[in-house]
Amino acid sequence: MNAPPVLPGTLNDNPVLGRWVTFPAPGKVTVNTGRVELGQGVLTAMQQVAADELYVSLARVTVHSGDTARTPNEGYTAGSQSIQTGAVAMRQACADVHALFLEQAALIIGCRPDELSINDGSILRNGASTGQDYWTLAGAIDLSAKATATGARKAVTNFTSIGQDTPRLDLPAKIFGNVAFIHDMKLDGMIHARVVRQPNRGATLDTIDEAAIKRSAKGPIAFVRVGNFLAIIGTNETAVDLAGAAAVGRVTWQNVEPPSVSQQEGMWLLQRPSVDRLLGPPEPADPQGRERFEATFTRGYVAHASISPSCGLALFKDGQMTVWTHCQGVFPLRAALARTLKLEPSAIVVQHVQSSGCYGHNGADDAAADAAIIAMQMPGTPVRVRWRREEEFVYEPKSPSMVVKVRALLDDKGKPSDWTQEIWSGNHNGRPGGGNSLLGEEALPGYVPPPPANEVPEAAGGGATRNGDPLYDIPQKRIVHHMITEPPVRLSALRGLGATANVFALESCIDELAERAGMDPVAYRLSIISDKRARAVIERAAAMANWQPDAPGSERHGRGFAFARYKNKAAYFACVVDLEIEEEINVRHVWCATDAGLVVSPNGALNQLEGGIIQAISWVTKEQVRFDNDAPSGPVSFDWDSYPVLKFSEVPEITMELLNTQDEVPLGVGEVAGGPVAGAIGNALYRALGARIRDLPLTRERIEATLLAECR
Amino acid sequence: MSRYDFSVNGKAVSVSLDNEATPLLNVLRNELGLMGTRFGCGLEQCGCCMVLIDNEPVKSCNREISTMAGKAVTTVEGLGTPQRPHPLQQAFLEEQAGQCGYCLAGILISAKALLEKNPSPTRREIALALDGNICRCGTHNRIMRAVEKAAALMRAGATS
Repeated sequence: MNAPPVLPGTLNDNPVLGRWVTFPAPGKVTVNTGRVELGQGVLTAMQQVAADELYVSLARVTVHSGDTARTPNEGYTAGSQSIQTGAVAMRQACADVHALFLEQAALIIGCRPDELSINDGSILRNGASTGQDYWTLAGAIDLSAKATATGARKAVTNFTSIGQDTPRLDLPAKIFGNVAFIHDMKLDGMIHARVVRQPNRGATLDTIDEAAIKRSAKGPIAFVRVGNFLAIIGTNETAVDLAGAAAVGRVTWQNVEPPSVSQQEGMWLLQRPSVDRLLGPPEPADPQGRERFEATFTRGYVAHASISPSCGLALFKDGQMTVWTHCQGVFPLRAALARTLKLEPSAIVVQHVQSSGCYGHNGADDAAADAAIIAMQMPGTPVRVRWRREEEFVYEPKSPSMVVKVRALLDDKGKPSDWTQEIWSGNHNGRPGGGNSLLGEEALPGYVPPPPANEVPEAAGGGATRNGDPLYDIPQKRIVHHMITEPPVRLSALRGLGATANVFALESCIDELAERAGMDPVAYRLSIISDKRARAVIERAAAMANWQPDAPGSERHGRGFAFARYKNKAAYFACVVDLEIEEEINVRHVWCATDAGLVVSPNGALNQLEGGIIQAISWVTKEQVRFDNDAPSGPVSFDWDSYPVLKFSEVPEITMELLNTQDEVPLGVGEVAGGPVAGAIGNALYRALGARIRDLPLTRERIEATLLAECR
Repeated sequence: MSRYDFSVNGKAVSVSLDNEATPLLNVLRNELGLMGTRFGCGLEQCGCCMVLIDNEPVKSCNREISTMAGKAVTTVEGLGTPQRPHPLQQAFLEEQAGQCGYCLAGILISAKALLEKNPSPTRREIALALDGNICRCGTHNRIMRAVEKAAALMRAGATS
């Protein structure tokens, strides 16, 4: 018996072709993807891939996404994997389906398959119509067959959709103000709900001033309580909203343990309980005469700060739970809900509906769980939970604070010959399942905290360790990882995970080493990296910005360079940042060169890259979640005033190029920019100030403190 | 229960509500079924809920319905349709100026208010006019290019 074929990407776990492609009506193709639209344009990219490999026009292809009842299980839409593993799976599934139809057509017509071709769904024999098409043949094809990966994929040079700029499928509804988001869903008989949040795991409900809350509502409301899970429900959203806001001060709790101010800075992580591991050879005890370089970098907690608060809908009817959510993984959420609700997974359907960008694991899964917990209490009634703005800021999982210490030994030319990146961080993998709870679950009776979850494995790019291993040619390298096991707030994945802090640290060090060696930062990088594609983006970014070796920073103006290959296996990215210091950092211009291999949608890739650059500027210059011992909810970052993000007037000019490497496999670009942009801003700031700030964010306070220290 | 008469996108509307403090945003979405205006914060900070009231851009999430008698409201649904897009909508589609798109309805309204007062805004003027709208995805430059393009279309005589 032959071993089953190794199938590309997520096709391996979802080999049944009919899970990917169906022909629902004459002239129509539906493809199913487990990937979900998060504002990155993935549905349009899947449409392009399917159109090419099925040899049909784009207009024939409908994309169905993120539905446990229909779509393949592709886990999470995360980690810049949709194109890298999802699109290659879709390509092969469509190519296999195309081959099955050619074989069936050949049988019917009585010719060889290689005499046949398909043009917009019609079967042609030596270019002439045969009267057959996908839809006349569909009844004779068994799409419950498994993929074999034997269907020939279209040659790159024959693509008609892939590589072309295609208008996004989802944008018109958003531009014309139609129903487009989960927040816009209305179900018959739906009630609105707001949750009165348990301040922290283990806090218990003490008193509820129901009368005062009802008065504040100015309309009919009711309470739903399950253990320490308390929600306010009603048919009038305004009344429920007012009651939800009023409840914050009129419900009291015991065992409240807010995080303290001292816990908000990265350095708090040192000396905390941790799980430690070494990746690579032991660190040499004796530098063997080599010069030693050491520097320490930190970063505070960062919020996803999605523009819409999370929303979830649920209906429990006849023993069947249906949940609508904007989470990144409908199948993992279904598994987590099954545990929370004590239902079989087969009794739960989870469907994705679009929301605002999430950039990682925000409150989406938790809002869905809230709706489901309430729906269990009122069978037959659809429940809509929409979090309050402050709820999203305070209770969504945060991106962990980090400390990164770099220790390098230098050879006689000032090049690193041994590199240690020692990382302290909480877990970047707080997604439901894998040992983590849904937020509402923590308030339910009999809740038992799961054992600490594992960090994202190295095979998936690592979590805190992501990009902690420099791509440069360094003979000996290692990562020392301390996973902090008792963080003060819930933590999870934010775009780039540990790569932002790790690349900030290592690219800052590379600049410092270049200066010590008396070399230009770009020339120094090129002298220690042999990867050709890395060299190409470094050279191209420098050329785009007209980088001048050793051009000094002038007072209050600086220019910086940085490079990374995301996860050391996704897209390559190099950038130049120009900035000015007034009271704070004003980034004026960013130039970047990216090598993403085969690009399905150039316009979409540039949109993602630019978004990543701008978000990184915001993280690096403004963003830190702050705590307050006195606030019952802990973080004092609870709205857009207390957690500001980059504004229109603060956004720089951005010049981008995609290198032409269409023959290479596609590499995701959604998360590639964060680390290098952080590094380049740090390096540019050094040129402008003459002093280096190693703590993120690079705020006005830190700049002022650094300038004062310089004056002394 | 009180009755409130005003107009939305040129049509007279009348709503009856118990709570005179009901936000205009909730009236638009839940009473009138106009879902284009989005909820973002409820704090008048993010601009997702921007509408025009008598041609002035206003955040609708805290605007009490009791203040709306006789006012003329324009929402994103009042700009144009796929068949007859407003020049701003046409330009946003041509520039593919969106990522998640949640902020776009409010931004289109702010941009409309700007272009009616200033048909030839500079990039800086566009940026400042949009500073009351938060975009978290980082689509700012595309959005500003689209507003410039719409301004050019409108100067050339295009209408919705």
